[in-house]
This record gives sequence, C-alpha cells and structure tokens, in this order.
Amino acid sequence: MKFYLRRIGFYAVTLWAAISLNFFIPRLLPGDPFTILMAKLQRSGGIPAGTENTIRLLLGAAEDQTLWEQYVTYWGNLFQGNLGVSVTNFPAPVTELIGDALPWTLGLVGTATIISFVLGIGLGALAGWKRGTWVDSLVPSTTMLQSLPYFWVALVLIFGFAVTLQWFPIIGAYDVFTFNGPEWSWAFVGSVLYHAFLPALTIVISSVGGWLLGMRNMMVSTLSEDYVTTAEAKGLRPRRVFTTYAMRNAALPSLAGFGVSLGFVVAGSLVMEQVFTYPGIGKLMITAVRNNDYALMQGVFLVITLAVLAALFLMDLIYGFLDPRTRHHD
Amino acid sequence: MTDTRTPDTAAATAAAPSPAKRSGVRQMMPSMSGKFLTGLVLIGAIVLFAIVGPWITQDPRSSANDPMLPPQPGHWLGTTSLGYDVLAQLAEGARGSLIVGVTAGVVAIVLALLLGVVGGYLRGWTDEVLSLITGIMLVIPGLPLMIVVASYLEVRSLWVVALILGVTAFAGPAVVLRSQARSLRVRDYVSAARVAGEKTPRIILVEVLPNLLPLLASQFLFAIVLAILGEAGLSYLGLGPNGSITWGTMLNEAQGGGALTRGAWWWFVPPGLMIAAFGTGLSLVNFAIDEIINPKLRLAPAAAKSVREARKAGRDKLGRGSSSATSDVSVPAADADGPAPGRPGQKERVDV
Repeated sequence: MKFYLRRIGFYAVTLWAAISLNFFIPRLLPGDPFTILMAKLQRSGGIPAGTENTIRLLLGAAEDQTLWEQYVTYWGNLFQGNLGVSVTNFPAPVTELIGDALPWTLGLVGTATIISFVLGIGLGALAGWKRGTWVDSLVPSTTMLQSLPYFWVALVLIFGFAVTLQWFPIIGAYDVFTFNGPEWSWAFVGSVLYHAFLPALTIVISSVGGWLLGMRNMMVSTLSEDYVTTAEAKGLRPRRVFTTYAMRNAALPSLAGFGVSLGFVVAGSLVMEQVFTYPGIGKLMITAVRNNDYALMQGVFLVITLAVLAALFLMDLIYGFLDPRTRHHD
Repeated sequence: MTDTRTPDTAAATAAAPSPAKRSGVRQMMPSMSGKFLTGLVLIGAIVLFAIVGPWITQDPRSSANDPMLPPQPGHWLGTTSLGYDVLAQLAEGARGSLIVGVTAGVVAIVLALLLGVVGGYLRGWTDEVLSLITGIMLVIPGLPLMIVVASYLEVRSLWVVALILGVTAFAGPAVVLRSQARSLRVRDYVSAARVAGEKTPRIILVEVLPNLLPLLASQFLFAIVLAILGEAGLSYLGLGPNGSITWGTMLNEAQGGGALTRGAWWWFVPPGLMIAAFGTGLSLVNFAIDEIINPKLRLAPAAAKSVREARKAGRDKLGRGSSSATSDVSVPAADADGPAPGRPGQKERVDV
C-alpha cells in the first residue's frame, strides 16, 4: 500500500509542478507575447473584454493583480476547463481544437508504437537467443536506425514513395477532396489507413531499433541466470526455455519502457506530424507556435503533459502488479 | 576463464576479447573491438570535417552559384535554391550541430551529477527533494517544453539553444547515475573512507565518482546524440538558433525551399545522414562502454560461442562420445547451432 501512496503523491506533486510551470514560463521569459497577440487579434476584428482578460492572465500581463491573485484565477479557469481562445482559429476555444486533434495522434502514433514494440521485442528475443553467432554482428547496425532523426526519415519516405513513386499521398490524414470531414464508412477508413501508412512506417523504422537492442541485451543477461541453466539441465525443450523462462523475464524492463513510450505517444511525433501535415496534436502545436498563438500553444503543452502523466500513472500501477519486486523496492 | 578452454577454442574466440587478464586501468578502457574502432573512426572523421571543412569549402552563404544544381565537380553536393553550396553548408552545419550537441551534453551531465550523484549518495531529505525534481523533469515531455520555451525567446543564439536542450535533458542520466551512486554508497571501501573521517565532498569526488566514469561517459555520449537530434527537430520547426547554420537549419531550409517536390535530394539527404553517422559513431563507442558496465553482455555471447565451437570440435573428433557425455546430465542433444545448454555454460560463468 505504501508503494501506491508514494506513487500517487509523486504524481500529484508532478501535476502541480507541470501546471505551475505552464503558468510561470510566459512570465519568466523575456519578450512581450501579450502585445504581439493583441496586435494580431485587433487586425482580425474586435475582442470581447472577457477574452482579453483571459489572455492577459494567461500571458502574465495583468498588472492590476498580484502574482498570487493571477495564480489563483489561473487555477480557477483551469478547473472550469477554460484554456483560453485560439487566435489562429478565432474564436474557437482551445479545448475544442485540442479535442479535434487528439484522436488523430492517439490513433496513428499509438498503433505505430504498439507495432514497433511487438516487432522489436520479438526480433530482440531471437537475437539474444542466438547470442555468440553471426547475429551479434548485425545488432550494432540497429543503432544506425536509432540515430536517424525521425522527421528526416519522414522526409526521405515522402521523397521516395510519395513524390518520386507516387504510391502514397504527401499530406493529410484522409482524402480531403472526397470527404468533407470524418465520417463512418469503409471508404473513409480505407483512406485514413492509406494516409497513415507512411507516418506509421516512419515511427516504426525509427523506434524499432531501441526495443530490439534493449530486449536483446536483457535476453543475453537473463539467459545466463541460474534458473535458465536449471531449466535447460532439467531437459526442457529449448522452445519452452525460450518463451517461458527467458523471454518473459527479459521482457519486463522493456514492458516498463513500453509504458513510458505509450505515455509519450501524444508528445512523441510533433515534428513528424508537421512533415506529413497530419492533423494531430503536434501539427496543432506547431501551427500555434508559427502564429504566435500562445494560448493554444500553452494549452497543447498542458494537455500533452497531462496525457503523459495519466499514462505513466496507469502504467506504474499495472507494473507494480505485474512485478511485485518494484513494490518492495526502495 | 581462459584456463577452462582448450587452445583451439581460445584461438577461435580471439575475436571476442577475453577479459580475464585485464585489470586495473585496462579494465576501465573499452576493448579494441571492431565496433569500438568503427565508432571512433566515424566520430573522428566528422569532427575533423567540422574543424577543417569550413576552411576548404566556399562561403556557405555565398549565393553566387546557380541555384538547384545537382551534385557535380565544383559542387560535390550540389547547390540549394538560393545557390548556396550544400557541401559548404554541411561543413559549417557540422560545426554548429557539434557545438550545440557537446555543450548541451556537458550541461546535462553536470546537472545529472549534481542532482543524481549527490542525491544518491546523501540520501534522506536532500535525496527526496532532488529525485523529485529529477522525476518531474523526466515526466514532463522534453520536446514540447523546448518548443514552448524557444518560442518565447525571440533571439536565440547557438548557446541559448544548447542550454535549453541541456536543461531539459538532464533527467534521464540523473536517474541512472543516482541508482548507481546508491549502490556504490554501501560498498565497503566507501564505508571505510567515511569511518576514516573523510569529508563528504571528498568521498563523492575521490571514492564514488571514478567508479561512475564508464557510466558517466556512456550517458554523456547519449546526451550528445539526444541534443543533436533535439536541435535538428527544433531547427526544422524554425525554432533553432538564429543566424547560425546547423544540420537542422539546413533541413528547415530544404523543406521551405521545396527540395522534396523539386527532387533536390542532395539538399536534405546529407544533413540527415551526417546526424545518423555521428549518432551511430557515438552509439558504437557506447556499446563498448556498455560491455564494461555489464560484463554479461561481453562474456555470455563469448561463452555461448566457445561452448558451441567446443561442441562442434568434439563432435568432429569423438562423434558419439560427446553426445553420450551430454546425456549424462540429461541435457537434450542440442544441434551445433543451438544455444549453450546447461553444464558447459555454467562452468564458463562461475569464473565471472
């Protein structure tokens, strides 16, 4: 029980720290984002007083209030689900824009992360099993994959398969000329899958190496444990030693890593989404940055952080259940 | 370990160096394997390119050339849409990217040392607070944080970008170093130093730190790779250093200049390949360091190999003899390519 209490305490503090960071960053850094933003808004028409106050508060330009009052109001707004108004898509609330973008990122990056994990763990286990053979000399080449900047992989894939060969579309999440918006039909699902192929391939290529390497190294370590030797001495079939004795235990750290990477799904491919113009959360954030849309940017950052926290918290609980040692450790 | 081997198998495994006779400082040094050498050559070549390249190529901002030339003599990597020579940009970019990478790596490692090692060694409230800070920074996603911070800073020099990258990247190394420092803390020689009345800073610097060096080195190299990748991402989004050329800003300009749709592969392929090559070099060196930190990674494959080859050799000479020997301990007769079963592997490992 103490384990869970500690974890809950940690996440509560982290949550508070992340939200406060979001509050303080615009105040601590130089520059006058409020004036920039207001000038921009004025050009696009009148601004209701309420909106101006929200933005003023968000960017720390409310001189008539003390810092503490601003901080309290900021929390109040947050609890009401009010993250301010976007300038790019005035007057759409930030929450609405984020809500539209989130499913795309979750679907694409989530699926690709799972594919990459399963592939990497499988290949890594085999590479560990075949330790001391020619396979060992192939292992270092996976670091090449890891060192590739993933948005560059995306650029190369677009150049090869979308521009030169024209097998796949260059941008978007679905065919905008055929469909007006998301709808439930087989044709639409097909279009989404077709558009998601290259982005997903990018993620798999640039992340599979890490899983493979980690799993291979754990597998090598596990295979020299005494209980594996015992299992082999008992005369168990190699297949059984491989799956039940070695692979299961070797996969534990990778599983923890998998939880972490699931947490970072929302954050993980900001740049890649920009390359493919994929309408996810990353594209939204970069659009916000390009247009000095600070409210939207801060909102996206907050949502990304919250998503990471929630996923990690969940994984922590599950992992404590899977591997009881973590509960008694520390 | 070597004494249990016949000369034949020892010769056969000469490629995988046997560590038994190495001691002291030699043990702390990476073994001269192919991986390690390849890594060093890659790193050395790129660093040399960054130092010498800008002197022998033309001005990277000279737009006197024809735009969008494919690779040809005189412009070995072609030119950009503004007529810049890509090779010259690549050399200048190497300088920028390496400066950012190394600076950010140093910042990250120094912070990690302060928060991780000091916390891990001191325990108690200091540790609680320091590891809470580390934990929070570990959980808050780095790239979005960098994007937010960078977008508020209108003027970003190379050094500021490096600082942002370093500060947001220290958490990973800090966690690793902390857990190692915690385990070193209870070793006998550290306790002895404490009992002998040495001051805490001295214990940390003289007793604990040297034993963290391999780990520190590998985390440092890893931090450099991460920083270079992070800088490339930021620069690609247009949030990189103003006025400097890095591999990331080259990719940004290539995207903006329509390199993809105009088929100018010579513009965006080289910067990515350079990043990948440098990252690979550092990772390969890291492999060698990993094998020092975790001897199983080096010994187990070598052991499995020597067992397999011993079996192969035994079967060639004795045939049935070796298979009847294995059936004594009821190990299933594994084929020659299979993994090392039971007893021989055990023998190898006892010496570890």
